[in-house]
Amino acid sequence: MDLTYTEEEEAFRAGLRTWLSRALPQLPPRPDPLDWPGRRAYDTTWQRMLYDAGYAGLHWPEEAGGRGATPTQHLIFLEETERAGAPYVGANFVGLLHAGPTIAAEGTPEQRARWLPPVLRGDEIWCQGFSEPDAGSDLAALRTRAVRDGDDYVVTGSKIWTSHAEVADWCELLVRTEPVSESVPKHRGITWLAMPMDAPGITVRPLRTLAGSTEFAEVFLDEVRVPAAHRVGAENDGWRVTMVTLSFERGTAFVGEVVACRRTLAELAAAAKANGRWDDATVRRQLGSLNAEFTALWRLTQWNVSAAGRGGGVPGVGGSVFKLRYSHARQELYDTAARVLGPDCLDLDRDWTLDRLSSLSYTIAAGTSQIQRNIVAERILGLPKGR
Amino acid sequence: MDFQLAEEQRALKSGMRELLAARFDRDALRAAVDRPAVDRALWRALGEAGFFALRLSEKEGGVGLGLPEAALLFEEAGRALLPGPLVATHLAAREVPGAATGETVVTRVDGPLVAWLDQADLVQGDAVDATPIRSLDPLTPLHRTTGTRTDAPHEAVLLTAAEQLGSAARTTELAVQHARQRAQFGQAVGAFQAVKHLCADMLVRTEVARAAVYAAAVTGDPYEIAGAKLLADEAAVRCARDCLQVHGGMGFTWEADVHLHLKRAWVRSEQWQSAEQAAEALAAAL
Repeated sequence: MDLTYTEEEEAFRAGLRTWLSRALPQLPPRPDPLDWPGRRAYDTTWQRMLYDAGYAGLHWPEEAGGRGATPTQHLIFLEETERAGAPYVGANFVGLLHAGPTIAAEGTPEQRARWLPPVLRGDEIWCQGFSEPDAGSDLAALRTRAVRDGDDYVVTGSKIWTSHAEVADWCELLVRTEPVSESVPKHRGITWLAMPMDAPGITVRPLRTLAGSTEFAEVFLDEVRVPAAHRVGAENDGWRVTMVTLSFERGTAFVGEVVACRRTLAELAAAAKANGRWDDATVRRQLGSLNAEFTALWRLTQWNVSAAGRGGGVPGVGGSVFKLRYSHARQELYDTAARVLGPDCLDLDRDWTLDRLSSLSYTIAAGTSQIQRNIVAERILGLPKGR
Repeated sequence: MDFQLAEEQRALKSGMRELLAARFDRDALRAAVDRPAVDRALWRALGEAGFFALRLSEKEGGVGLGLPEAALLFEEAGRALLPGPLVATHLAAREVPGAATGETVVTRVDGPLVAWLDQADLVQGDAVDATPIRSLDPLTPLHRTTGTRTDAPHEAVLLTAAEQLGSAARTTELAVQHARQRAQFGQAVGAFQAVKHLCADMLVRTEVARAAVYAAAVTGDPYEIAGAKLLADEAAVRCARDCLQVHGGMGFTWEADVHLHLKRAWVRSEQWQSAEQAAEALAAAL
């Protein structure tokens, strides 16, 4: 068990710190959190700055245009960018953390060349077309149909809770290419497509979240033509490809946020000391145990990343363990923030109030806590599948 | 950074597991419940295996390993519910003759409590006015003293957390075994989501505690150690409770081992550093 960094890793950290101290003052002012077009522009500007400095796609393999950095360097990157208060991936989330790694792992050389560089440069934004009104956590029950017609698939159906759909250029889309039958179980017959969001037949209707923002949307697909060349992986093999995507989502997508939560915790303690709430032993000890929690979650991240490093790079089911605990810890963090704020926690203009609302999605998005528990129980503990 | 067990650490851990399986199996555990005593032969065997001398240098007759390796051995001790003042004797290895080899059993006054006073050859701290209490845990005889809780050595806190981790991992394992075997309504109870989710939460708690305990053992940082104790106490207590629940009526019997894990976890939660102390220390670090 080794938690020390090599000289090379420390040099990488020092270089990154220097760059961040010069780059961050050049960023435009942060947009309103509810202004998604503004956030897209801001987030892609930041991505372009990372790209120009050689920090884009750090953890992606070199043949995919990434830097082929070690998992440890990726962790250092997340640690330092969060510590410096740099923007989080934001609108680049799906492209950088799911679609990109999936195309890197499963795409053809042509597909990598077409889609990966624009993601790294911040030129193109991706959204995720997985969930449907009748297929949320039961993802394999999806019904959006794709029928082959010459060189195209013709897609009809609808998607929901599609993050960033309003501002996205591409959609990682799951479709049914073979209807469910006696011979085709529901996990088969699914195909992974890259769909351009400006194709005719696509209607995006933003949904308002309980936090008041329109970060996700309903997407209606009416005979949308998607070239067959946009299929990643084999036809009807989309479920396996999706599991690759989801393991990236659960395995690495949240890790940078743990550092941000530790920073928030320190700010909360400072606020509590300033407004007198620190004198309440219950609040103070709650902050203390959250300190234990987020320190442990950071260590668990290092543990999972080291395990993935030994296991060939693709994160394992350890991601579900992390996601379960983290999503609840994040909600506790902002509930504690409300105790620190007192009546001010009802003021939407106060720091942490919007974050408290947003934290409610963490136990639902990317597989509910209940689904994650099934995964942990069945795939790690070997308990029998329920009916 | 490679935060995974090294090959030698794996070997050390499995070696201790084998030793305990051979020398302290379930029959020995149940015999100890009926007549709690330090098994002197086993204590010496632990001494020979380096359990107490692990962190002494080879020049001092020790093994020359560190806190991470000690944590792994204490995790195994916690898993097996090994009784005796293990932490106090380990800590005394350098200064008390015979402690390193397991010849001398050492206990230590820990705030208002002292464990295994009548069985120990030597007690560190002031135990003159100690009076026996009827201990909640049949495997941990306790005396009450007029002392108050003070700052315990960080190593004692960490090694106790490691024992809690071992216990949490073991009760998770016991719950899963039972959930796979016990059939109700025509299927294994582990197929029911309500039971399955209890088991999943047990694993999550255990793995978070593991990351905390192992990292604290590597860094030796007092705040990380406090966090590790807090999380490992919680994992050991709550996993034992959930394990009892998964076992249903059987879990509430004296014959099931579950209560032994729960009672010991409760005792360890009061030892060396309480949850309040840990939380205050962690708040002070913010």
